[in-house]
Amino acid sequence: MANMTQALRMALHYGEEHLELRDIFGEDVGPPLGGVFTATQGLKTAWNSPLDERGIVGTAIGIAMTGQRCVAEIQFVDYIFNTIDLLKTAGNTLWAGNGQFPLPLVLMTPNGAGIHGAIYHSHSFDTWGVRLPGWKVVSPSNAKDAYGLMLSAILDPNPVLYLKPKALLRVKTPELIPGEPEDQKQLKEMIDAPVGEERKNWKPQWPKLEKYTVPIGKGSIVQEGEELTVVSFGRSLHLCKQALSSLSLSVELIDLRSLYPYDWTLIKSSVQKTKRLLIVNEDTEVANFGEHLALRAVQEGFYHLLAPPRVLSGKQVPGVGLHNNLESATVPQVKDIQSEIKNLIETKW
Amino acid sequence: MTQNSLSKDLLLKIHNLMVKARVTEERLIHIYKQGLGYFWIGGPGEEAFAIPLGLLINKGQGLNHDWLYLHYRSLPTLIAMGLSMKEAFRAMFNKATDTSSGGRNFANHYCIPKWNVPPITSVIENQYSMSIGTAHVLKKAPDNQSLVVVTGGDAGTHEGDFATCLIWSSRPGKELPLLITVQNNAWGISTSYSSQHSEQHISQRGEPFNIKNLSINGNDPEESYLALKEQMAWIRKHRKPVLLEARVSRLYGHSSASGANYMEEECCIKTLEKKLKSEKLLKEKDIKDIWGSYREEAKKVQKEVMEESDPDGNTIWNHIYANNENADWRKF
Repeated sequence: MANMTQALRMALHYGEEHLELRDIFGEDVGPPLGGVFTATQGLKTAWNSPLDERGIVGTAIGIAMTGQRCVAEIQFVDYIFNTIDLLKTAGNTLWAGNGQFPLPLVLMTPNGAGIHGAIYHSHSFDTWGVRLPGWKVVSPSNAKDAYGLMLSAILDPNPVLYLKPKALLRVKTPELIPGEPEDQKQLKEMIDAPVGEERKNWKPQWPKLEKYTVPIGKGSIVQEGEELTVVSFGRSLHLCKQALSSLSLSVELIDLRSLYPYDWTLIKSSVQKTKRLLIVNEDTEVANFGEHLALRAVQEGFYHLLAPPRVLSGKQVPGVGLHNNLESATVPQVKDIQSEIKNLIETKW
Repeated sequence: MTQNSLSKDLLLKIHNLMVKARVTEERLIHIYKQGLGYFWIGGPGEEAFAIPLGLLINKGQGLNHDWLYLHYRSLPTLIAMGLSMKEAFRAMFNKATDTSSGGRNFANHYCIPKWNVPPITSVIENQYSMSIGTAHVLKKAPDNQSLVVVTGGDAGTHEGDFATCLIWSSRPGKELPLLITVQNNAWGISTSYSSQHSEQHISQRGEPFNIKNLSINGNDPEESYLALKEQMAWIRKHRKPVLLEARVSRLYGHSSASGANYMEEECCIKTLEKKLKSEKLLKEKDIKDIWGSYREEAKKVQKEVMEESDPDGNTIWNHIYANNENADWRKF
């Protein structure tokens, strides 16, 4: 029963061994730390870069330009903003170059709120990400999907932005990753680096992992229902689950998993059934990615809908404040989701 | 050829290519001024440095050849490597036949995988960051003697990516086989070099990073060739970076944006021709014939390219993802 961090670490190890992943790098990604969330501990190709995000993205592009695969990390997504034109370049290199230089790179970064990270450790980049054509954008909500999406991202010949929901990085998933030992304690002893002096000579004992991929562009139904479709991903998906657990309503919950390309077939068929749609995420609310989905639901299914689709997202404020009251007032909470669900089910045009 | 000079044949070859590059650029400017092309930007005035650079490249595709992260004043380098006038005109006319971008990008924004030339971007700094990754791959490749060339202008060094390049390429024990060049034409659009730089030479910025560095007269093809040859051989052997600043002229301003009119600065071709005539390597008539021949070729090629097909609007959806995987959300 791995947590998401361990799942990512195992996926990267699988990538090193089987998918020709040659470089895993970023700030504090290599030894001794192995990443600020320890997702890159014990990996043989992990190395520390200068604390320079533009250098990290530029280097990832330059490696990918040769056809070699790499996974680069931006330590917190809040630090990615000064790389925005390099992200644009990564997204347009294949297009601008008439299809001649694909860029098989993965850029992973902890995303979103939920750990009281204040103004510079709580940003969401969901909507920024989908506004970078040429990139694929994914975000898992559980450890097994984290593993499967990472393998798909490494294998993909395009730039993939891998948004790690930072509040879920220590959350365990009951479903086992193929090859993972059942005993959580055993897994920890095998792949978690010890603290202190012992770490210097430590080497991981990797389980015999198997290939498991989650196709990019495919969502999943987490819970079936008849009265309302809720679409979410990452940390917000868990809040939606909590919200639904104490409501006696028949709600279909979809884990989007891929923000772009996204699984419209799944969303559309669900909304055709439930005739109501709520989209939940943490990014700021104006020109939010969820608005695109809501608009599309209206344009393609207006006469089937019983109520206007709603988007519940982060408030349009410059950051996420540190105090619990401030963070709770900024990004959707369980009670907010419950309130939206109830309102939407009671609403008619 | 002595240590300080080039053979007669090489010098004449360089001159010939310099003229070819200049004529191509002047024809591109002409096309712009006729209203037949949207925008021109290029490198007339930088031939004395850029042609030798192209001649010294280990040209080819893959890790056993050099890689070039170029900026938009690099036509002469690519002419020296064998780029045809036709390709330059196809880009200027944004034709479907433009192999670099299929009509998507400006003139002189080339993309040539067979020579390890990734797409040139309009931004003036990204190439300095991107070159690091490719140099990192070359450094790790066993028994590899290839290098990465990254070029830019003096204004490009204002950007953080230039510092990024210096820092990443000189990490202790992880130095990169990278030729970092700055073609210092003393202008950033309309802003003079002297108003923004306190350093005497941009190359001196290599000093704190222990990067071998030098400044040369980029208007002198012999000095350029010999310096480039020496430094590239050093990089191939030692697998470490060199920062090379070449002082060059900017003969037609920044681009269309500044009118693309001829400016009175030293013209490296005129300087070279004076020398070739004084050394009796070329006569005035020979020189006129070379210019005339390329000008005729340029006119002929322009006509041919103008007849080629334009890109179809539907091609905007091509190549967003590899293997033309659908990227249009309407079709998800």
